[in-house]
Amino acid sequence: MDPIKILTANIDKPDSTSIDTYIAAGGYESAKKALAMKWEEVIQLVKDSELRGRGGAGFPTGMKWSFVPRNAPRPTYLLCNADEAEPGTFKDRVIIEKDPHLLLEGMIISAYAIGSNPMAYIYIRGEFHYGAMVLIKAIGEARAKGFLGKNIFGSGFDFDITVHRGAGAYICGEETGLIESVEGHRGQPRVKPPFPAVVGVFGGPTVVNNVETLACVPLIVKNGADWFKSFGTPKNTGPKLYCVSGKVKKPGVYEFPMGVNLKELIYDHCGGITGDKQLKAVIPGGASAPMLKPDEIDLPLNFDAVMKAGSMLGSAGIIVLDETVCIVDAVWRLSKFFAHESCGQCTPCREGTNWMESILDRLERGEGRQQDADLLLDMSDNIGGKSLCALGDAAIGPVISSVKKFRDEYLHHVTHKTCLPGTKRYRRLDMAVGAH
Amino acid sequence: MADLHPANPYAKENFPDPAKTIEFPPDAKKRFDNILTRYPNKEAALLPTLHLVQETWGWISPEAVHYVGELLDLSPATVFGVVSFYDMYDQKPVGKYRLRVCTNLSCMVSNAYDIYEHLCERLHVKPLETTKDGLYTVVEVECLGSCGTAPVVQVNNDYHENMSVERMDALLEKLK
Repeated sequence: MDPIKILTANIDKPDSTSIDTYIAAGGYESAKKALAMKWEEVIQLVKDSELRGRGGAGFPTGMKWSFVPRNAPRPTYLLCNADEAEPGTFKDRVIIEKDPHLLLEGMIISAYAIGSNPMAYIYIRGEFHYGAMVLIKAIGEARAKGFLGKNIFGSGFDFDITVHRGAGAYICGEETGLIESVEGHRGQPRVKPPFPAVVGVFGGPTVVNNVETLACVPLIVKNGADWFKSFGTPKNTGPKLYCVSGKVKKPGVYEFPMGVNLKELIYDHCGGITGDKQLKAVIPGGASAPMLKPDEIDLPLNFDAVMKAGSMLGSAGIIVLDETVCIVDAVWRLSKFFAHESCGQCTPCREGTNWMESILDRLERGEGRQQDADLLLDMSDNIGGKSLCALGDAAIGPVISSVKKFRDEYLHHVTHKTCLPGTKRYRRLDMAVGAH
Repeated sequence: MADLHPANPYAKENFPDPAKTIEFPPDAKKRFDNILTRYPNKEAALLPTLHLVQETWGWISPEAVHYVGELLDLSPATVFGVVSFYDMYDQKPVGKYRLRVCTNLSCMVSNAYDIYEHLCERLHVKPLETTKDGLYTVVEVECLGSCGTAPVVQVNNDYHENMSVERMDALLEKLK
């Protein structure tokens, strides 16, 4: 399959972030078109396109929008989720830093469709300082041309956007954690139901959409639902950005119609494994996705096929691990990440993620016990489906899949107190764990 | 876990010193007033205000926590609760250059720990400590969203991608 340049059409142009470059390529015509349509028509168009959320959950976007009640007592809000922090994911950054107006136009159309109040927020992770500055500048340019502010495009719709910077919390990428953070609180997720579409930020109906999802919207309005469905397969439609990192020769963001083959992506487009070593495992959808072994990677990268294979496409953050990586070390690092990022509200996640990290730490130090692998599975069972939000479920993904598929590495750590021969432990056991 | 978060919540260092009064300088005050206009209530302006505090003074002192509470009609405990939740808000003074080394999975398998260990050795600090000359603080961080150009080190606001021990040394020469 050949790569395409649909979402990434503008990113290589000189001065790609400028509004003039964007308008010259036909930008903001979709916003004008959508504002002249009825809001019900816009929602139906997005439903027909079968666009699914690109933040990780893959929820149908049109359906999410249709849950928003009209005439609710409190104002409706659109929140753009630019808190890209899932390990292995770096696609939203490309749109934010190189084609910000695509995102802004997507937000204008989406806000109109859901009946948003005159202010929307882009929740961008605090570390993306450069990205925040690019967005602020782009918003200024749009305001200057009357594309944001009062009576945009002369349509009678008032709409403005504020960039709200996060401050270093992965859990604020969870939609209700994000909502709490916009409200100025600790970013601790809420119990659902009620779902954000009914009660969200500041008590009103709220739609939280990922950057890439919103970036698809102007293209759908411009070219139609059938055009969007011509990419990919039924229920898995549209152009898709894939992030490949880890032990490949050419890591980076690649754009394909939804459903490119994972094996082809790694070996043909990314040049294969560094040093021409053997592949050991692939994580297809960000840190939360269960690992796939080399004999399981001959599949299309879309939501349904990867789910059928026992994993998830998630944020399309593909991490490639080769024969030199110690799986226990890799899973320890991911467990440490989840333990650190757990917001602490609920016992299964707060205690469970920390216990999993301790067990994996003990295994790495040669203090593992025979029952540790099964203990990890048992613990995962106590966390999965029992935590307040999906972080608990995410944390157990790498643990369960690695114990099931690489049990030999765990057992080797118990009996031989070292990594499998030929594999390397990357962490430094003698350095204090120092993530603050 | 973190030396940048004081261990004892009741320690004297967490209480504001009544002798130290603190106020935004005029340009920061103007930015604060603008921030307030963009949110429907004062509490929602808390995160941007804390970023402004950090930009103005380099860290968030107990005096700043109380000051922000007054500005936004929030109790200092509420403000402190938010400060302590987010990784980017520093509760102790840090060096002129925060060296944030990502060691999450993609960076880890691209030898990020080599850079992290080298920095601690070369600068004679432990993780999260600041050098005696006040120039550098070394911190290990989670995924920075730049895995395709791993390993990545963030120095204050800037991302430095495709790093190595050699490139880190060269960068340190420029950061004085």
